[in-house]
Amino acid sequence: MNTLVTKNGESFLVSEIPFVPYQEFTGTVLALLHDYNNHVVHYISLKSTSGILPIVICIANDATAEIHVVGFEYDTTTLRSIESITLHNAALHIFERDLWERHGIAYQNHPWLKPVRFPKNSSHGQTIDDYAFFRIEGGEIHEVGVGPIHAGVIEPGHFRFQCVGEEVVHLEIKLGYQHRGVEGEFVKARNDVQRSVIAESIAGDTSIGNAWAHAMCMEGLRGITPDHSTQADRTIALELERIAIHMGDLSALNTDVAYQLGSAVFGTLRTPLINYFQHWCGNRFGKGLIRPGYNRFELTTALQNRLSEMLDDINKQYTAMAEKMFNSPSVVNRFEGVGAVPENVARKIGVVGMPARTAGILRDVRISHPFGVYGKAPYPAILLHTGDVLARAKLRRLEIDASMDYMQGLLADPRSAYEARPTVKKMPPRSMVISMVEAWRGELAHIVLTDEVGEIEMVRVKDPSMHNWFALAQALRNTPISDFPINNKSFDLSYCGHDL
Amino acid sequence: MIESIKILRRQGKQTIPDVTNVTLPGVFRGIPIIQDKPCADGCSACIEQCPTDAILLDVNGRISIDMGKCVFCGECAEVCPSDKISFSKNHLNATTTRKNLVIAQGMPAEVKFDADAIRKEIQTVFHKSLKLRQVSAAGCNACELELNACGNANFDMGRFGIEFVASPRHADGIVITGPISTNMSAAMQICHEAVPHPKIIVLTGACAISGGIFEKSEVLQRQYVEEVGVDLYVPGCPPHPLTFINGILQLIRKRN
Ligand code: SF4
Repeated sequence: MNTLVTKNGESFLVSEIPFVPYQEFTGTVLALLHDYNNHVVHYISLKSTSGILPIVICIANDATAEIHVVGFEYDTTTLRSIESITLHNAALHIFERDLWERHGIAYQNHPWLKPVRFPKNSSHGQTIDDYAFFRIEGGEIHEVGVGPIHAGVIEPGHFRFQCVGEEVVHLEIKLGYQHRGVEGEFVKARNDVQRSVIAESIAGDTSIGNAWAHAMCMEGLRGITPDHSTQADRTIALELERIAIHMGDLSALNTDVAYQLGSAVFGTLRTPLINYFQHWCGNRFGKGLIRPGYNRFELTTALQNRLSEMLDDINKQYTAMAEKMFNSPSVVNRFEGVGAVPENVARKIGVVGMPARTAGILRDVRISHPFGVYGKAPYPAILLHTGDVLARAKLRRLEIDASMDYMQGLLADPRSAYEARPTVKKMPPRSMVISMVEAWRGELAHIVLTDEVGEIEMVRVKDPSMHNWFALAQALRNTPISDFPINNKSFDLSYCGHDL
Repeated sequence: MIESIKILRRQGKQTIPDVTNVTLPGVFRGIPIIQDKPCADGCSACIEQCPTDAILLDVNGRISIDMGKCVFCGECAEVCPSDKISFSKNHLNATTTRKNLVIAQGMPAEVKFDADAIRKEIQTVFHKSLKLRQVSAAGCNACELELNACGNANFDMGRFGIEFVASPRHADGIVITGPISTNMSAAMQICHEAVPHPKIIVLTGACAISGGIFEKSEVLQRQYVEEVGVDLYVPGCPPHPLTFINGILQLIRKRN
């Protein structure tokens, strides 16, 4: 098969990517995706020259830790129509939509060509408000619209339900309200600090994940490998971010089913976790910690001891509460069998992260494409099968347990002090790098490209929510509309990560 | 039942008793302090480094930091060769006027809270109870999470009668987060207009106050917030819950 093979965080020359005729491209993509070990990481356009737009797909193999890259060229002056691949593989639907929105690529037979996030669709002159919702006609059907502003203190998005009585027949999710132009701002930025702050602001609940994914790209391009302690501290930060959010989500799930004890206890257990970030780096979300090539704040012996003691203490309270919660019939009954996304559906949509691992698909970049110290210190595989709200709650519980153990393991390892911060090296021209980080929601992927003089030409970001919003829509099928809150919370997808 | 009581007992009392008088732990970066001494010759390291262009240099070579833009990353203090910039632990930096967010060289780590700038009706109507509608207009959700935290068992803003509510019709004002994306600007404006008079507007976070790290983005629409009168600015990225709570308490406090 004619593809470029690369690895997580390794840079390569754009000229090494094979560009093939579209038909061959489609064949290669479908052949690759036929293998369950492969999944789409990103599908993007590069910079066009005189109307010729290079489009490349990145497909990761979870068994070999390889990433395949292959592309085709599209002539935007003629906009000839090409056959959509979505009909054969639904995992591509959001990426084709994105390409259509950016460039007006004339996809034939795409079932769902609708705006993704831009206020103005560059090629169609539409705005985000020109959005044609899917409608089911019939006397029994009624429509419920919610948002963009929701009841709670959360981000905006619009949900449109087609219901028969209480039951949801179809849910359509319209996003884009959070679009701030993240990718373009990366290119405008004048230095590493600016880019890092942008990365940390893509999604505040994933500050560590995105800062790391960005740093990994820059390190790959500059040929820098941070020392072991730096990598270990980033790994600890990522796991800390994971359990802090999981803890908050368990609290929120309990709130939604009116289980006050769980809601209060998990809620207060989140506080010391995020306060710890403040102790470490001065920000409760870990903003300001990770920079390309180094971490600004070393996890000193005092900080390590403090973390270890805190985790011990939290563990006791947490275990007692988690036992109680998952043995409460009133809670379990509300979660069990609700909003199931079974394995076959999950595979079709191409979900990643939590919704994959709760549906029997082991998609975890920490294991399949290890970064940081995950290669040397493997993170355990956690797999559930029912794909329902209960599984998504349980997965959080199991991951909190596993991550606490994992962090204690890293803290017990002997370590040496950080090496001196590396000097900023020039980046090679016309190069590209793909980084993947398993943040708490799932796989983040950042791509950075350089121009002919080695300056940043393009940055592309993918939040796992790009793949997973559609899973929420699927979960709601034939589910009472009153179960929407617990479903939504159990996925806890990112609006700003999707909208960029 | 007994187990539940045990769990609660082990948790102990979580509430911060006096939210107005707290020293934040760790390396918290609050109001910056710029020492009143000359910079190294020709140096502009901090200005170069600052991700949000929050540092200004005047014609006399004196610098100031605009907390309405600052993300409190502390990178400026790190690069300054003369240790001129540092960050105090003072988190009480919310204020009523935009210009008071600018900390000039030689100023103490305090922010001026202009009581005269507060509309009279705010204290008479809201000093015992204030219901707020939050609107995230492209906030990264760190601001939103901190606003949520204001109501949790630790900070317990509800004890002062301050709460977030679902409907703008039930609200006394709106709290905006995020740089205000073009896609969200109309919904935000409709929401504000739906709040009955008298009402307040609070801008929370560097993004809402100035656009923050996204200030130069072309897909923002900030006209409405630039033109409508703002009652309180709460700086930070994100602001600490105690910054928000104290700012609001200052705003609605009964003054003679
Ligand atoms: S001010 Fe900072 S924390 Fe708040 S929305 Fe903007 S980037 Fe996020």
